[in-house]
Amino acid sequence: MVSESLREKYGEMLVELGAKHPEIVVLDADLSSSTKTQAFGKKFPDRFFNMGISEQSMVTAAAGLALSGKKAFVSTFAVFLTRTYEQIRQSVCYNNIDVKFVVTHPGITVGEDGATHQIIEDTGIMCGLPNMRVIVPADSIEVSSVMHHLVEKTKTPYYVRLSREKFPVVNDSDYKFREGRNTVLRDGSDLTIFSNGAMVGLALQAAEELKAQAIDAAVINVSSMKPLDRENIVKYAKSTGHIVTAEEHSIFNGLGSRVAEVVSEEYPVHVYRIGMRDTFGKSGKSWELFDYFHMGVKDIVEAGIKCFQKEDDYEAVS
Amino acid sequence: MERSPSSVGGNENLNNETLSKLSKKAREYIIRMVYEAKSGHPGGSLSIIDILIYLYYNEMNIDPTNQNYEDRDRLIMSKGHASPALYTTLALRGFFPQELLMGFRKINSKLEGHVHRGVPGVETSTGSLGQGLGIGLGMALAGRLDHRNYRVFVILGDGEIEEGNVWETLMGANKYKVSNLIAILDRNRVQLDDMTENVMPMGDIASKVRSFGWDTMEFNGHDFNEIRKAFEFANQKRDGPVFLIANTIKGKGVSYMENTAKYHGSPPANQEEFEKAIKEIRDL
Repeated sequence: MVSESLREKYGEMLVELGAKHPEIVVLDADLSSSTKTQAFGKKFPDRFFNMGISEQSMVTAAAGLALSGKKAFVSTFAVFLTRTYEQIRQSVCYNNIDVKFVVTHPGITVGEDGATHQIIEDTGIMCGLPNMRVIVPADSIEVSSVMHHLVEKTKTPYYVRLSREKFPVVNDSDYKFREGRNTVLRDGSDLTIFSNGAMVGLALQAAEELKAQAIDAAVINVSSMKPLDRENIVKYAKSTGHIVTAEEHSIFNGLGSRVAEVVSEEYPVHVYRIGMRDTFGKSGKSWELFDYFHMGVKDIVEAGIKCFQKEDDYEAVS
Repeated sequence: MERSPSSVGGNENLNNETLSKLSKKAREYIIRMVYEAKSGHPGGSLSIIDILIYLYYNEMNIDPTNQNYEDRDRLIMSKGHASPALYTTLALRGFFPQELLMGFRKINSKLEGHVHRGVPGVETSTGSLGQGLGIGLGMALAGRLDHRNYRVFVILGDGEIEEGNVWETLMGANKYKVSNLIAILDRNRVQLDDMTENVMPMGDIASKVRSFGWDTMEFNGHDFNEIRKAFEFANQKRDGPVFLIANTIKGKGVSYMENTAKYHGSPPANQEEFEKAIKEIRDL
């Protein structure tokens, strides 16, 4: 699979959509060359605000711009946005206004910069906010479609989690993001792997390997973390009876938790969660870190196999 | 750009006597609201009310009959606990019926405990301190982008400016030279726990803010002549934002509430205190 940068695509889309939509303004906090908002700033300097390393000021100013009819895109590294949790809560979500937080460099795919920068609790924080919607795109094609969605169809707060790393392209070129709808990337009858972001490519590889073990695994992209596609999750809980979740995030308050909540309420089946298990990250090559934290292809495959072992043999982690 | 008030909107240009009468009426409402709700923040409402009355009757370009017209001046009550003062001013000015004021903090009312955008005339919800100046900066930037004439007034508490968000925005507003942004500090020297200087010594606020690139002026926030001069100063042609420091008295107008933290967030304790407050306000 060919890999493409999600943040590069975000920067391109800002420029493309910015030309058609004068209401778009962009704010950054001294990371525009990394978040890729810089291109928008060069093209539309009047509508670009580099607020310095002052995230609180950035978020509140974005709220003021949105309250005055602008569509404000706010970008920085995911970990630094969370220091403004309360500004996001009070000034953006409570006002329920058109501010889009599009963050880069979350999770362990930050790599060498290490634990300080590898936030693994952000989608949990954001999903808890009333009025906030949360999207974790799987590839550059999805970023493009999400950007059209945000600009053309929405006027409320969103949190979009991009990445530092390039991700393999998993969606068809004509893919259209649908809010609250999962995408079945590979169908299967024995087991369902729900994943998003960085883990989608790994989940697809794992499904191939499970096939060799005679396990027919479905792979589903849950890019719309909030609202969640409950119907699809229940449907696959019923049809496959076994669920593995895979996320580049803590297993607490993340995708695994959300899927488990749905099946607990509607159709209880075993859910095995792959993710960060109550630990900080560390420096290393990003793809090495997946194995280090037991989140690699091998680990997804093992989780899939465990689903079919006798219950007595199943060793719960966490 | 000269920022003199335009003829658009309702600018009443009331004399001091009329403004004082309105302030008395507003003070009485503030006490009645918090006593009825058995909760709320009278101290910081009574310290800012004279400035609010002046702004909404004499200074701001607003129109209660066309509340959301694009060129209206904006006011952000960043110290969102002063909701009784803002709600009262908006009701007196005709943004919504005065009868609704007594619903303050009650379950079937829109008048949330802290300033809420669902209330007519309110530009943004506030209540967590330190965020309003940043919102004001964003509104000021939007006004410039859209080539609109409006001004953005942001009312800050003196305890509030202990928040880092305020100082980040003091930097940002200087960078972007927003001459349509006017901050007003309610310098009543008392915060929830104690006198501000005991909780966090602020030193010479004017010189600190000036060093961040803002123009400043200090004035008596209970004297309508001085309030008028302060906004005349704010309206002078200039290249950047203005920070007006209003020296005020916490709990102004009710003797037992003045200069004490006790009534920062507590209503009159009983009927006797309530009646004393109303009598003192009427005798002002």
